[in-house]
Amino acid sequence: MARMNGRDAADRTSGAARPDPDEAAAAERAAVGRGTTSHAREMGRFFLVKLVILALINALGLFVVFSAWQVGHWGVLAAMVVILVVANWVYFSRRMIAGKYLFPGLVFLLVFQLFTIAFTAYISFTNYGTGHNASREDAVAANLAQNENRVPDSPSYPLTVVSGPDGELGFAIIDDGAVLVGTAEQAFADAPDASITDGDVTEVPGYDVLTFGEVLEQQNEITSLRVGFDDVDEGSIRTQDGSTGYLHRSVLTYDEATGTITDTDTGVVYTDNGEGSFQAEDGSTLLVGWRVGVGFENFTKMFTDSRLSGPFLSVLVWTFAFAFLSVATTFFLGLFFAIAFNHPAVRGRRVIRSLLILPYAFPGILAGLVWAGLLNRRFGFINQVLLGGAEIPWLTDPWLAKLSIIGVNLWLGFPYMFIITTGALQAISSDVYEAAKIDGARAGRVFRSITLPLLMISVAPLLIASFAFNFNNFNLIYFVTEGGPNFPGSPIAVGATDILISLVYSVAFESGTQQFGLASAMAIMIFIMVGLISWLGFRQTRKLEEVL
Amino acid sequence: MRRSIVITAAVGLTMALAACGGGTGSGEEETTAGAEETTEDGGSAGTLTIWADEFRAAALTDIVAQFEQDKGVTVEIVEKNFDDIRPEFITQAPTGEGPDIIVGAHDWSGELVTNGLVSPVELGDVAAEFAEVAVNAFTYEGQVYGVPYGIENVALVRNNALASDTPATFDELIAQGQASGAEYPVLIQMGEEGDAFHMYPLQTSFGAPVFATDDTGSYIPELALGGDGGTAFAEYLASIGQAGSGVLDTAITSDIAREAFANGESPYMITGPWNIAPFTDAGLDVSVLPIPSAGGQPAAPFVGVQGFYISSYSENAILANEFLVNYAATEDVQVALYETGDRIPALTTAAEAVSDDPIVAGFVAAGEIGVPMPSLPQMNAVWEFWGVTEANLVSGVATDPAAAWATMVENIQGAVDAA
Repeated sequence: MARMNGRDAADRTSGAARPDPDEAAAAERAAVGRGTTSHAREMGRFFLVKLVILALINALGLFVVFSAWQVGHWGVLAAMVVILVVANWVYFSRRMIAGKYLFPGLVFLLVFQLFTIAFTAYISFTNYGTGHNASREDAVAANLAQNENRVPDSPSYPLTVVSGPDGELGFAIIDDGAVLVGTAEQAFADAPDASITDGDVTEVPGYDVLTFGEVLEQQNEITSLRVGFDDVDEGSIRTQDGSTGYLHRSVLTYDEATGTITDTDTGVVYTDNGEGSFQAEDGSTLLVGWRVGVGFENFTKMFTDSRLSGPFLSVLVWTFAFAFLSVATTFFLGLFFAIAFNHPAVRGRRVIRSLLILPYAFPGILAGLVWAGLLNRRFGFINQVLLGGAEIPWLTDPWLAKLSIIGVNLWLGFPYMFIITTGALQAISSDVYEAAKIDGARAGRVFRSITLPLLMISVAPLLIASFAFNFNNFNLIYFVTEGGPNFPGSPIAVGATDILISLVYSVAFESGTQQFGLASAMAIMIFIMVGLISWLGFRQTRKLEEVL
Repeated sequence: MRRSIVITAAVGLTMALAACGGGTGSGEEETTAGAEETTEDGGSAGTLTIWADEFRAAALTDIVAQFEQDKGVTVEIVEKNFDDIRPEFITQAPTGEGPDIIVGAHDWSGELVTNGLVSPVELGDVAAEFAEVAVNAFTYEGQVYGVPYGIENVALVRNNALASDTPATFDELIAQGQASGAEYPVLIQMGEEGDAFHMYPLQTSFGAPVFATDDTGSYIPELALGGDGGTAFAEYLASIGQAGSGVLDTAITSDIAREAFANGESPYMITGPWNIAPFTDAGLDVSVLPIPSAGGQPAAPFVGVQGFYISSYSENAILANEFLVNYAATEDVQVALYETGDRIPALTTAAEAVSDDPIVAGFVAAGEIGVPMPSLPQMNAVWEFWGVTEANLVSGVATDPAAAWATMVENIQGAVDAA
């Protein structure tokens, strides 16, 4: 009795303890020096460990909160505070027993699954991509900077950064041997008493000359400083390195109040067109745009853009065919081997089984690359050595390429099916086989009526998961054929072995400019499709269990 | 067991969130804080962050040390895979956590400028010290966006053991190659996806440049690769492809071409300076020559220029400019960068310093009639259609070369319009 309680208490030290009425056990524990009261018992070694770990977590969490606060990232800050509060509550509360087990998993679900999905969904409703890469503010600054041109044939001026009596920054430049000094507010004026040493201004009355170190501390202020001349149209002096000034003229000006950009040379006004660009009346836009929401445009584009909708159907059909054939071929080959090597008469079963699962241990990407090399039309091992120099276009003929993809995936995938079916076969009771034998069933009938239905109960969910995995098996396609051979003359670079996910990649990243928004929208569509298929599949598998 | 899950979960979560928090901040506060700390000594401030690939990073070490010593600042070189620099810069720069300077190719400029990610660089008087083509390549819509360091273009590389004098036309060159008894008369890498870059000299020799140019020689987004010249080139490709004389083959990838040439299986190869080292390592005696014309007009290769960009989100613009204009644009640095990748220095004096090498001189001569690769953002789409169509012509999949070429022009036009 006492021994049992002792074990009980040890199991409970994780914080879920209830008062132990057994005095003898308490006395025993007191004897080994852990304390005598029930409360003190919880303050044992394990509690201390918990305390230390939670303290560490809290310290790390607070560090994150602090860094997030420092860079003004409020979303991360709020999420971290909530997680910390919940974590402390769950692990110090006596009642949250289930929560102690579920909390880490839930946090992972939240951060790595739900957040990712939500963020992808958010991106899919924006025009994020080339030309719409950052915020409006950044776009304004970039457009202005790109259109501030050096005045043609203007000289370069030796320049020194100075600061005025109120600390305002200014430039002192040497123009034809004379020193001119000015600030943002005050145009360049002669400074006859300034001194020049080795071609640099070293002293200007009324101003402090900044050292290089001081210049570096105010880099943003200095590079954005413009000092003009009396004649405003002449342009203004700016510097990029703090030691040379160039005369620049800004072609564009931004009007904060109206939010428009005006071209001062032509008078054209560019206004915000609501699609993340500055647009003139004639429809021309400034080069740099920004990220805005575009509603369902990315989703409708898949069906309305003729360049996309054309190859979309054939890719969709091949995706389903590929995923289905991959599962079917690997499953039946795996099952065949499993049954064959499950037979007691086979010698050396363990060795053979170990060898058979080798491809499973091989990294998929590497296998893809190796197979691509083996199947090369002219130099591949298969054509050159095995087939005696036959130039069979394994990867460049549309149908052979499809066959090669299925073949390579068969090689990669059958060991997995072999492992799971071997396990499932061994779980089938030998009683049913005996009964079948007594009833006089032949091997084919036994397989169809007993082995396969019983196998399906445990394996069907895995087959659905395998289907979902192959539906998005980007690595295989990309590393074996890159989706090729391309459809000749197709308006986007899509090939005969492209599946949906590799189509997304080639449309969004390889066909011209990067389109994160469109890629996210297509990824969401695929996600919904796979989710739907898996849900339907899992519903069907329940029916399989009726054979029991 | 349960605890270990909790620990792992909590640590993982905190780290993930810390990464999120760190990755999306503006970074402004941090820099200011750093600047305040160093106000007292007045001599040092700022940390300059440079993204470079492994070769460039190694070549920059000396000059960076010099710069740190001169200016009392810290420079951090972050090594990245060359192909990762552009996409990572595009997504990270707007968060304020990107680098101050990146090392990249000039044809990125269109995309970077369209996204507002890079600042114009005023080269000032230094501009004249660079090869004109290098500065032009980094010019986008009238502004210079980078400090160039290396120029590269393809040329005809000859294995002197198999051929000694090179004829003036490509047809004669093929005939000579076939007569030499080598396995391949001439090697041009392409692969199943095609390689329009290496094929471009042949294309220009038919008078079909990819884009039209304005009076100043800069590209305008108007396709010029169609027309009679384009059709003639398409037919020529098919005639020397797998269904024709078999000179070109889509199975020849860059690796296969390099190895075959290094093994002495071909007298000629059209390739760039990056492949010379494997050839000389293999003990070949090679010469570098201009590419003979196939269509009667000069065979002008694309010129690619490598250089440094300054992020428009940089908090250290002055430091970055100082480093690029006054340190990176010096002869020593440009020669050091040349030695890592064999690209011809963009700085004229540095190029002269290394031009005793006949191979360098050969590439320079071949590149003299070259034109910069267009840097319009739509080029990604152009490359894809272009390469695949050429591969289809060579493999014989496209049975009607003129029609296949016309479809390609149409598709490229569609991609350019859609972007």
